[in-house]
Amino acid sequence: MNTAIFDSSVEILHGRSNPMIDPHMHIWGWEIPVYLFLGGLVAGMMVLVPLLELRTGQRSRGLQHSPLLAAVLLSLGMFALLLDLEYPTHLYRFYSTFQPTSPMSWGSWLLMLVYPALIAAWLGGLSDDTRGRLPAAARSLFTLADRFRGPVLWATLALGVGLGTYTGLLLGTMAARVQWNTAVLPALFLTSGLSTGAALLMLLPAEAERKALLVRWDSLAIVVELGLLLTMLLGFATGGAASRVAADALLSGQMAPWFWSFVVVAGLLVPLGLNQVELRRHLPMTLAAPLLVLLGGLALRVILVSAGQDISLASLH
Amino acid sequence: MTTTTPKAQGEREPRYGMVMDTRKCVGCNACVYACMNENAVPEGFGRDWIVSETRGRFPTLQMEIRSERCNHCEDAPCVSVCPTGASHYGPGGIVLVEHDRCTGCKACMAACPYDARFIHPDGYADKCTFCHHRVEKGLDPACATVCPTESLAFGDLDDPTSKVSRLLVAHEHKVLLPEAGTLPKLFFLT
Repeated sequence: MNTAIFDSSVEILHGRSNPMIDPHMHIWGWEIPVYLFLGGLVAGMMVLVPLLELRTGQRSRGLQHSPLLAAVLLSLGMFALLLDLEYPTHLYRFYSTFQPTSPMSWGSWLLMLVYPALIAAWLGGLSDDTRGRLPAAARSLFTLADRFRGPVLWATLALGVGLGTYTGLLLGTMAARVQWNTAVLPALFLTSGLSTGAALLMLLPAEAERKALLVRWDSLAIVVELGLLLTMLLGFATGGAASRVAADALLSGQMAPWFWSFVVVAGLLVPLGLNQVELRRHLPMTLAAPLLVLLGGLALRVILVSAGQDISLASLH
Repeated sequence: MTTTTPKAQGEREPRYGMVMDTRKCVGCNACVYACMNENAVPEGFGRDWIVSETRGRFPTLQMEIRSERCNHCEDAPCVSVCPTGASHYGPGGIVLVEHDRCTGCKACMAACPYDARFIHPDGYADKCTFCHHRVEKGLDPACATVCPTESLAFGDLDDPTSKVSRLLVAHEHKVLLPEAGTLPKLFFLT
């Protein structure tokens, strides 16, 4: 039996002691935040790579393999998801049905569309050198890829927005978990995905012009993300008793030091500052800013997934 | 004692619910053990449980004892988040899990405001079924059958002559976490 004393006037003796549920929920460990991080990262890459090409009007030689890298990273994330399943041999059950009210069902099917889009984006984006080294039989494939380059880029971009949004919807739609239940979460995770996606692309050997664009877009995403975090905290702080507990968890609770140091300062403010200095002084880009952004993106998911399980509606009574 | 009858042909669908009388419950755990026995609940897990809540300061204390379980919500978030359709509404609105369709993704556990679900050692999400295998035969759930103080009543909430409907008309009652908005069908007389 678990005894929980919430204040001096109420004592609850709880007879339930189910694993993963009591004394507080811990159903999702490292696998889910890692998946949400990688999913967001890939979503960001799926938006930014097409945007770079549409903006510059040219395929990027340095980033030509980035869609393939995105597919590999997404597969790592999906492997983490598989590890989380309690009944992994039933994985195919996701694909024997479509449940329109379930964000997870939307996500499962979305992932099946993401792979072909990434492969198409990769093939059509290969540089002329790389194409020349491939057997002649692949030529017709490139003719086809070039012909549909526009639609492929736009489809990849749209699927990227869908993927990034769904990772937030997954948690944001659960009324039972006050720390997750905010309409800001889909936009927050998408924006964080754009910023981490830009950070990863900055680590690849992109052309100088594209690199500068990425630094700018990364900075913009960071500013928007700071705004969304502020909106989320304001929503929690002014949303009634249950929401205020969620605000306290991030403002002064156990998670607060981690949230402010890893997510806000190290993951957003410091790289934003570094980006600005590099842009204004025309300094060569260092690895520091992108690595910090990636760390911050992972920390955001780890902290929110964990904090969301600490607070349930039932525990507030 | 039997308070429910199976649905006859052409008859309307019942809307099953449970009424738990907190004033009669002594917290003996008979409901818990009856459930474990009836449903072969694995050791260390529970589909129902006793909560005793004490309020006030000694010596001015007030105690409420509740037998809790899945609320078989009318708008059940565990059903709407389930990606495979494993969680579903069975006959009479009983919320059930089809084991063979469950992947153990635990979305239902995250979505349930009552934390009523757990992962069965065999890998699927499990919880109270209102003993639907008994209800189909016109019997009450095991917990309601064994309760020595008759604190648990089961029946059709839409039938004004059922025991549960009469209890709810005659007594003050509440549901747990109404703010979750899931329209639970486990009522507590207070």
